[in-house]
Formats: sequence, structure tokens, C-alpha cells
Amino acid sequence: MSPIKFLTRTRNGRSLDWTDWMSYAYLTVGLFLMFGPVLWLVASSFKTEAALTEFPPSLLPYGQKAVAVPGEEKPKPVYRVKLPDGTTKELPEVRRIGLVATHVDPAKPEEFIRVNVNDREPVREFRLATENYTDLAGKLKFGTYLWNSVFITVVATLLTLLFNSMAAFALSKYKFAGRKGVFLLILSTLMVPPAIVLVPNFLVISELGLLNSLWGVIWPAVATPTGVFLLRQYMLTIPDELLEAARMDHASEWKIYWRIVLPLAAPALAVLAIFSVMWRWNDFLWPLIVLSKNEHFTLQLALNAFQGDLVTQWNYLLAMTVITLLPVTIVFAFLQKYITQGIASAGVK
Amino acid sequence: MKSSTARTPWFFLTPNLVIFGVFTFLPIAINLYYAFTGGVQLYPKDRPFVGTENLATLLDCGSYLDPASCKKDIFWRAVWNTAQFSLFQVTVMVLFSLITALVLNRKIIGRGFWRGVYFYPVLLSPVVVALIWKWILQREGVLNAVGVAVGVPQTLWLAEPGWAMFWVIFVSIWAHMGFYTLILLAGLQAIPADLYEAAQMDRASPWRTLTRVTLPLLLPNLLVVLVLAAIKAVQTFDEVFVLTGGGPGSATTFVVQFIYQTGFQEQVRLYGLAAAGSLLLAVALIALTLLQLKISRAEEAGERAR
Amino acid sequence: MASLELKQLVKEFGSGASMVRVIHGVDLQVNDGEFVVFVGPSGCGKSTLLRLICGLEDATSGDILLDNERVNDKRAADRGLAMVFQSYALYPHMTVYQNMAFGLENIGTPKAVIEKKVGDAAKLLRLDALLERKPTQLSGGQRQRVAIGRAIVREPKIFLFDEPLSNLDAELRVSMRSEITGLHRRLGATMIYVTHDQVEAMTMADKIVVLRAGKIEQVGSPLELYNRPANKFVAGFIGSPQMNFVPVHAGHGDTIVTAHNASFTKPTQTRPASGTELTLGVRPEHLSLQAADGALALPMTITGVEQLGGHSLLYGTLPGAGGKDGPRITAQVAGQVSTRIGDTATVYASADTCHLFSTADGETVVR
Repeated sequence: MSPIKFLTRTRNGRSLDWTDWMSYAYLTVGLFLMFGPVLWLVASSFKTEAALTEFPPSLLPYGQKAVAVPGEEKPKPVYRVKLPDGTTKELPEVRRIGLVATHVDPAKPEEFIRVNVNDREPVREFRLATENYTDLAGKLKFGTYLWNSVFITVVATLLTLLFNSMAAFALSKYKFAGRKGVFLLILSTLMVPPAIVLVPNFLVISELGLLNSLWGVIWPAVATPTGVFLLRQYMLTIPDELLEAARMDHASEWKIYWRIVLPLAAPALAVLAIFSVMWRWNDFLWPLIVLSKNEHFTLQLALNAFQGDLVTQWNYLLAMTVITLLPVTIVFAFLQKYITQGIASAGVK
Repeated sequence: MKSSTARTPWFFLTPNLVIFGVFTFLPIAINLYYAFTGGVQLYPKDRPFVGTENLATLLDCGSYLDPASCKKDIFWRAVWNTAQFSLFQVTVMVLFSLITALVLNRKIIGRGFWRGVYFYPVLLSPVVVALIWKWILQREGVLNAVGVAVGVPQTLWLAEPGWAMFWVIFVSIWAHMGFYTLILLAGLQAIPADLYEAAQMDRASPWRTLTRVTLPLLLPNLLVVLVLAAIKAVQTFDEVFVLTGGGPGSATTFVVQFIYQTGFQEQVRLYGLAAAGSLLLAVALIALTLLQLKISRAEEAGERAR
Repeated sequence: MASLELKQLVKEFGSGASMVRVIHGVDLQVNDGEFVVFVGPSGCGKSTLLRLICGLEDATSGDILLDNERVNDKRAADRGLAMVFQSYALYPHMTVYQNMAFGLENIGTPKAVIEKKVGDAAKLLRLDALLERKPTQLSGGQRQRVAIGRAIVREPKIFLFDEPLSNLDAELRVSMRSEITGLHRRLGATMIYVTHDQVEAMTMADKIVVLRAGKIEQVGSPLELYNRPANKFVAGFIGSPQMNFVPVHAGHGDTIVTAHNASFTKPTQTRPASGTELTLGVRPEHLSLQAADGALALPMTITGVEQLGGHSLLYGTLPGAGGKDGPRITAQVAGQVSTRIGDTATVYASADTCHLFSTADGETVVR
């Protein structure tokens, strides 16, 4: 088979017709539009502060080349210098006064060459400005923000799994008066947009003394109608005979839930766990209201506060944005199948 | 069940119900109370009852079509901005979601990958989405670089009201269309393959197959997606808030931002006014939800008649 | 090991207008060490009866006595019974060993004792090599044995089986049948077994309980049920192919007259009045192509023939009133036959193999 034929063959063995070409063209444009902006963000986050202010921007991160000069502490920036004899040479700058820059050849450090700044241009090389990331560690309480985000995400997800699976267990495995009513009541909370109860929820949180506490973000989030619904639907497929067998085996109701139903609902729990991690990691409006003190900020809040500063330090902001989207991206890359299946089956996000 | 086990389900339900009660149902009740009380006190018992004053303030307008003639002109600007945004965002997004879903439903190589491409932005946080685009749209951003290269003058995309609204809609579609694509794709895949085979045997052209088989069968999903998208669009806040801050001026201020600003950002926090605003938003959302219920009822009835 | 007694047991589901009574006052005695089979068509209440005994359902009224102690208010786990479920209900996330040990762990049995008991049961059921496997890695028959093993380790007073063989293929079902009865002999335990398959009931039971619509139709040994069915329902339910039923009426004296005016003599204890409508029942295997003295002649129009080599099945109809087809008849005759479809063949039933039922209520008039 010729390579062209191989590349253009479709799933059913026909070769491509014009509609197929249109489809792939559409998808390729989509790929560029959907991934392009994110890739641009990532590429930009590796540029130096100086490179970020360039216009037009370079596609890939470039930085000015620097070399060590004997007798100097730091590496010095390299310029392509037009020498008086008409030749050009790449030489590091040792100092600059006004329009006159002093260069030196590292091979002959005793010899200084003075040139006008207009007679030279910087030498650039491909360089990843990893300092944008490494500097973050000590800056801006970045570690605190990261910890806050991780703490909220992990604790809220664990509690979500526990509470929602308990409710789903009750709603799927017991017959009791009011079961349908409770289920509808829980589902009805899907209809209540968080924006509407913003003000009174603020009151409730402050009355409970949870203002400016990470728990103030966690508690309201751990009962989700989506989670209850998803888990209940799954638990309905677990045969009741298993529970009866366990009851005959002297298992308490809690043990039936913990040892039989929970392990068997693992696939649905995994889907909910992925969702919950995404929700909590990305939360913005609610933490914005509960957490007003800088040391309680999550990454999302810190990003927002940081971008609103008068002088935006884009190099750090971009690096922080990349770190913020990293976990979600990793989760997505590995668990795409579960996420898309979960959404397709539950119809909720 | 024995009487001793009759309490068991309630034991398992308690944590969930307590949380829903405290953080959803109780706030709904308090919100109603807030909406009819005034002052700047947070605690309900400190707040004087003012009846429908808050609602009246919001609804006091010379002409609803002209926000400048309203007592709370910013609220009505937000209402019209939200309406304009929702109209364009929902229609364009659902259209592109549909096209994408149709393309993804073809026999293409690497469907999972392509589906992931469109879905990925859905998972990004609103803040991240806004920052990604802020970086692209800024004065020295890559869009202006490309623009200058092809002869478009350098533009402050987010500083001109018309462009700001355009980009807010664009970014919102970019961030959310993957979700609706996925739902429509699931709908498409639920259409039995033998229907397409039958259409093929009936010598239907691809276009007729699309308009006479695929789209009619997808219609229920399409309607659900439309209403769902509208419910979300009306509540848009965070990504716009980070991207434009509601500006320039109030060109991209939406209703939820009005509620947030009135209740939390102003020097004088008018909780009553914010609550009244959310009450009006709730009315709009309930209307949309009822519309959805009506559509799904009509669908059921139609199915029974078929 | 224990005895069981049910007294006027009633079970109702729902309440008010939607209330359904599924068990109508059942009385039953199960003796120590007996293998009792509940059999009946689907919906007869046999599974419900089993679930009442084991405590998974609460009785509406009546008593359940285990070793003469009323256990109605005891929880299922505390009644000391073990159940083998239709779907086996093996915990899919646990190994065979964990499945069998789970119940013992729950009551705090020491680890060494659990190991011993599970090991013994595994040896008995030839599961020793499979202890570390998960249920999904087992064949149907193996899963069945694990389910039984889980019951054995608990050393229950009574073993309860809820249609345990219905998920197996025909061949496996036959071998598991003898395996379960063999187990019963070795353990000497009381077992109650629910099935809708009368062959299982006939081959396994010491005592069969035939149920219909929540009532007991007859209790007896397999051969009692076969030879002396209490009514038309039991007669039709037990035996395969099913018993033939022919409408007849009582003639003068002890004569019985069929619709096609054949007659024979059959003494009855309670002689029905002449002209009383009766139903004659005769099993296919009791019909013969050879004429015999005093036998009832049944002239069949053959509609189907099945040659099975060792014996043959003839399907046909008797002449009915006004030239219409009469009742259908199946005859099982020894050897091979040359009869063809459309032929008329007369089969003979000797009087002592014929059963007579009252047409009015189905009760046996004479056997």
C-alpha cells in the first residue's frame, strides 16, 4: 500500500472523499484554536521578563546569550558588535555608560573595546526561563496558596465521596417512606444556582465562624446533587441479593455499606472523585467571598488578585497560571475516558 | 425491614441533608427575607423591613429599554448585557457544538483524541481561561502581532466596548463548547446505526440523511442543550470578571457581577438590593427551567403519540 | 441441625387497596435432617416462603418455629440459617477464601478457627486450589460450590437454597444435583430447597411441598406425589411429559364414559352420581399400543411423532363432540413405531393407572 493511500484510508477501508478532507480540516483548525492558546501560554511562561515585553513576540522563548567573563562575578550579556575595522564579533558587555558600552573578549580580558550602543545588537539563543518557576517558591506566599488549594481539593473530595455515597446508598438500597421525596429534594438543589444564594450563604458562613477558613469553602461543597445522582444510579445495579447475603453473614448495615457496596461502587466513585477534584481545584466565586485574607487565598484567588495588580509581573503570573492548570491537564490526559463517559451518562458537569 | 432498621436510611442521609439544609435551603429562605429588608446590617434581626422597596428600586425605570432612564441604571445595563451575551453565546456555541459533534460522529481516525481536544478547555478554571486570553489579547499580545503583520492596527481589544463584548462571548464559547459537543455526540451515537443503513438503502443523499434522519432524532438533545446553555449563560460571571472586570465602563457587567458588587465590593454593602437582584435572576432561571420541563414533557407526549 | 414448623403463616405486600396477599396461611412441618423441596410454578410464593423462613422478609401473621422456638422477631443473621442465593450473591471484590470467611469474621471468630473451617469446607467441595481466586475467575459450577461453601462454614441449623441451579447449563445441573444430595447425606443437615423444576424436586427431595398461589397443594415423598396426587394440579405438575387429561362422566355403576363413548370400569370409594362430570388423568408413559382386557381405548389422530430410539412419543387428538378435535393426548410407548402423521392409532390405558378428578374443584376422586 502506498503511503498516501495508507494515510488517506478511512475506518471502513474506502479512501477519503472531499467530505472527509473537510472534516479533518475542520478538526485541525479546532486543534489550533483549542490547544493553541494554552500552548502559547506555556511557551510564554518560559520567556524572560524582557522577552515578554517584546513586540512582536517571538514564537519560542529566547533569551540573551550570556557568558562568563574572567574577573566578573555574573555572566555578562553577549552582543554582536561592529568593530572599528568593519568586522563583527560576538562579545560580552562588561559595563555601559550612556551611549557607550564597554565590551571585552573573554580570550583577551585585558583588552577593552568601546563601542556606540547603536553599533551592536543583542545575541539571542533558545533558553527556557525556568527562573519564572523556581523564583515562585519563595515569592508571593506561593507555597501557601498551593497548600490551600491542595487542602481544599483533597479534603472536600474525600468528604464528598463519603457523604454522597452514604446518601446514594440509602436512596438505592433501602425502601422507606419518603425515599422518593428526599431524592427529588436533593435533585432540586441542582436548580439552585450558587449566585442566587451568595448573600445569605455569606451570613451562614460568618455565623458558623467559617469566614476566612478553608472549611468555609469545604463544607458547603461536599454535598453535591450530581454526586448523589451518579452514585445512586450505579448502586442500583448492585444486586440486592449481595446485601441479603451479607446480612445473613452477620454484617451490620454500616459494614454492608463500607465493605460491600463501597468497593463495588468504585468505578462510579472514581468518576465522582475526578469531577470533585476538578470542581474544587477550579472553584472561584465561592472562595472569593469566603476567603478575603491573603494568607487563605487559593491559587485561583491568588491569580485573580495578582493579575489585578497595577504592575502585572507577567512572567510570574504566567508561570503560576501554568502550575494552576497543570493538575487538571494531567488528570485529563490520563482519565479522559472516565470524564467524558461520566458526563455523557449523567449529563452534568 | 425491622423497626430498628427503619432509622438506618436516615442515618446515612443525614450528613447530606444537613449540608443541603444549611447551605442551600436555609439561604434560600434568608435570601427572601433579605430582599424585603433594608439597611447595611448583615444580621437579619438588625434589618428594618422595607417591603418591596428593593424590588421597586431595581424596577424603577423610565423605559426598560433605556438603562439610563432607570434609577439603578447599572442593573439594567447588566440585564441587557446579559441578554445580549446569552443570545449570541448560546446560539453560536450550540451551532458550533452541533457541527463539531456531527464531524466527530463520522468515521474518523482518532476520535477520542479529537473529542479530547474540544473538551479540554471545559476543565480549565475560569480564572485560567481568562488569563490565557488576556495574555493573547493584550496590547503587545500575539493577536496584535498577527494583526500588525496583516495590516490591522494594534488594538486594545478589551478596552473598546464592542470588541470587549465580542471577546467575552468568544472566550466563553471557547471554554464551554466542548461540554455541549459531548452531550450532542452522545445523542448522535444513540441513534441506531441501522437507521443510517436504511437511509443509504433508500438512496438518501448525505444532506437529506442529515436533515431528515439525524437532526429530527437529535432534536430532543438539541433542545435540552439549548436550555441548559441558556441557564448557564444567564449566570455567567467568573471568567468575564477576571477577563474584563465588567468593563470597559460597564460594557461587560452581567447580572451576577451586579449582585456580587452590590453585596460584597461596594463601600456600602446593600445586601437587600443584592438579594432582590438575585430574586429577579431566580425568576428568569425558573422560567428557563419550566421551559425545559415543558419541552421534555412535549417530547414525551410526542413519543407516546408516535 | 434442626426442625422447622410453620403455623398459619401469612405474608402480605403493600397496604390498603394495593395490598397483595402472597402467602395464605401455610402450615408445614420440616423434620430434623430432612431434604425438603418447595416446588411450584413461578409466582406461587415458594421463594417468598423461603425468605420468610430465613428472615429476609417479615411475616404478616403466623408463627415460624425453629426447634420449637418462635423466631419471627429475630433478625435474619440471628436465626442461624444459611442461604444459597439464585445468583450465588458472591462478593465480587473478595476472593473465594474471603467470601467464605466474611460471615465468620463478622461474629468475631478467631482467625485459626476460620482457617480451619474454610479449609475443611473447601476440601469437601474441592475448592482448595481456588481459594485465592475472585468469583469472576470461576466457572458457574465452581461459583455454585463457593456459595454452598459459604453456607457450610457457618454450620447453620438449616440450609436454604433458592433455585441454586437455574443459572447453570443442563449438563452441570444434573451433576450439581447429585453433588448437593451427596452433601446432604454427608452432613446430615436439614435442607430446604426451592425450585420450579419438578425433575429437581423428584430427584433430590425426601419430601416435596407443592405450592400454588401461596397455598400448599400437597406434601409428600416424590413417589407419593407421583402415584397419589391429591388433585389435578399436582398430578399435572409432577411427571414429564405432563399427564393427559380427558373429560369424562360417571356412567351407571362403576363405569366411566368418555366423550367419544368409550367406557371402562373403575371402582370408586365415593361413587359419584351418574352423569357427574369428571376428568380422567393418565400419564403418557402408562399408555400402550397393545390392547388389554378392561383397558380404556383412546383412538388418537396423530399430529406429531417423536422417535427417540428407546421410546417414542406420539402426539394426537381424541375425537371430540360434533366432529371437532377433542382433547390432546401424548403417549410415550416403548421402542420404535411406524405411525405417521395423519394416521389413527388407538392407545390403551389400563384402569389401575387412571386417575379421576372432580371437574368442579380438581380434587382427586379416586386413584
